[in-house]
Amino acid sequence: MTTSLARPIAPTLPAVRRQLARRVALVSGVLAVLLAAIVAVSLGTGAYPISPERILPTLLGAGESKDAFVLFRLRLPRIVLGVLAGVAFGIAGALFQTLLRNPLASPDIIGISGGASAAAAFGILILGVSGAMVSLLAFGGAVAVALAITLLASREGLSGYRFVLVGVGFAFLAQSVIGYLLTRADEQEAVAALAWTVGGVAGARWDDIGVIAVTLVPLLLFLAALVPRIRTLQLGDDTATGLGLRVVSARYGVLAVAVALTAVATAYAGPLAFVAFVSAPIARRLVGGAHLAIIPAALIGAIVVTFADFAASTLIPGVVVPAGIVTGIIGAPYLLWLLATSNRGRRNA
Amino acid sequence: MTRTPDHSFRAEGLRVAYDSHVVIDGLDIEIPAGQVTVIVGANASGKSTLLRSLARILAPADGRVLLDERDIRSYSGREFARVVGILPQSPIAPEGITVADLVARGRYPHQGWFGRRSSDDDRIALEALTATDCTGFADRPVESLSGGQRQRAWIAMALAQDPDILLLDEPTTYLDVTHQLEVLDLLHSLNRAKGTTVVMVLHDLNLAARYADHVVVMAGGAVAASGAPAEVITAETVRLAFALDAHIMVDPVAGSPMVVPLSRLHPLTPASVPQSH
Repeated sequence: MTTSLARPIAPTLPAVRRQLARRVALVSGVLAVLLAAIVAVSLGTGAYPISPERILPTLLGAGESKDAFVLFRLRLPRIVLGVLAGVAFGIAGALFQTLLRNPLASPDIIGISGGASAAAAFGILILGVSGAMVSLLAFGGAVAVALAITLLASREGLSGYRFVLVGVGFAFLAQSVIGYLLTRADEQEAVAALAWTVGGVAGARWDDIGVIAVTLVPLLLFLAALVPRIRTLQLGDDTATGLGLRVVSARYGVLAVAVALTAVATAYAGPLAFVAFVSAPIARRLVGGAHLAIIPAALIGAIVVTFADFAASTLIPGVVVPAGIVTGIIGAPYLLWLLATSNRGRRNA
Repeated sequence: MTRTPDHSFRAEGLRVAYDSHVVIDGLDIEIPAGQVTVIVGANASGKSTLLRSLARILAPADGRVLLDERDIRSYSGREFARVVGILPQSPIAPEGITVADLVARGRYPHQGWFGRRSSDDDRIALEALTATDCTGFADRPVESLSGGQRQRAWIAMALAQDPDILLLDEPTTYLDVTHQLEVLDLLHSLNRAKGTTVVMVLHDLNLAARYADHVVVMAGGAVAASGAPAEVITAETVRLAFALDAHIMVDPVAGSPMVVPLSRLHPLTPASVPQSH
């Protein structure tokens, strides 16, 4: 084969890249507008409606005190917690799925959120703790399960398939622990624990939001440094090694960020089933190519949680449904569709 | 195009094992700079294992690999990857990745901490696409390509890495004969044009004989013979390495040795040989 210079050079490299970058920017822009719309509607809707023209002045500090109370004390904390938890879950799912090369590898499927729930239920029902202590236990539960899976699955490097299988095992273990704890508990405590294991943002407090926000900043900075490594890891361990990547330490770095994001979000918002699971695949489908789509995945996570909370609090008047129920209703059909079609999909060589 | 600098690249006393299974034991090899080296051998003779050890994918249990007389383990990942690149056997392309994106990722060892791109990166990636004739489908997903195009795209990624020594593990697997020749021609012209040292594992002895400047025959985890194809590819080495009786002729096109395998059904008879070597 000879190289002929006369051949028309179809798309130049920067052009191909710009095309993808424009698409990511467009998708992110549309998602951001959608998120803003959900936030605006959620702020105005509820037992005490606030009209749109009163929302902005109130947020800027020029509104009536009653409006300010409802917005700042009741509605804004839920929304901000929802956005932050959604961002954390969306990114965590994208990282797990890319790292383990498996669409089922998301923290809610592989037992990491389950570990958090089991630990929280143990705290509420056995230790009788509440508030920040429950969050701390949940964080510890997520990290403990992640460590246990890593230990059991990484005998021959960190293979995606083993990790997912061991993780699914832990998810069932966590479920049975929660079930056992609930059967022992008295009714009122059981309701509190059950609500926790579903997840929701109704109990949001500004203090908790501060903790999440402060945790997210260093994690996201660290993630930015990992992005070129993740893009190299996507090419497979051997190729990545050949390109000079320290594959094992890069994998553990990504895993640590993903676990920390899951743990901190679960600690304050509960497991919120399927948010991590659905966000990244939707984002990737919208963006196309092999883009990591971290920002779109984060935005979709935020949209799913805020929308779920809005739907949960308005659809059935007078009944408080945890947002995690709605995210489950959104995510379960996707899981079924994925399981039904996964083996029919194209495999790459 | 600037000529690639020559490097000394060799292994001494190499011993590689998977758990307790020893694949390579006490192997010494020297890769001639600026040449095309082809490693051949029967299945399980340790060809791939040797290549992967040279690429630092496998760590030896004993012995060492020396690049410019320095143990390759003492190099940083990117420092080593700027000199030695590898194209593994049947590499995995992430779903949906375009050829341009794949090739651009070959620049990883030349980029800094946050993966900042320089204008050199685009220029070298484009050169790699042009050299492999991939420009026409640079914006297409890798999985939509034919086997030959796909392999060219992967070679383009390895060229974008711009290594002085390029290792390839069976780059012609799964390709039909036309595409096999196309890929080998490409690697040969890369070697001749830029002076890149090429080391590849091949299955086909005749293609090995045609394209190699230097042949390494492996058997039982050791080097059974090495040298120029005409010296190394003989009936004796073929019998030793493959337990196969063969008749060696001269390739009428390339002038290299050509192996005609014999079997119980097709033995060598005086009448069946038009020109003997």
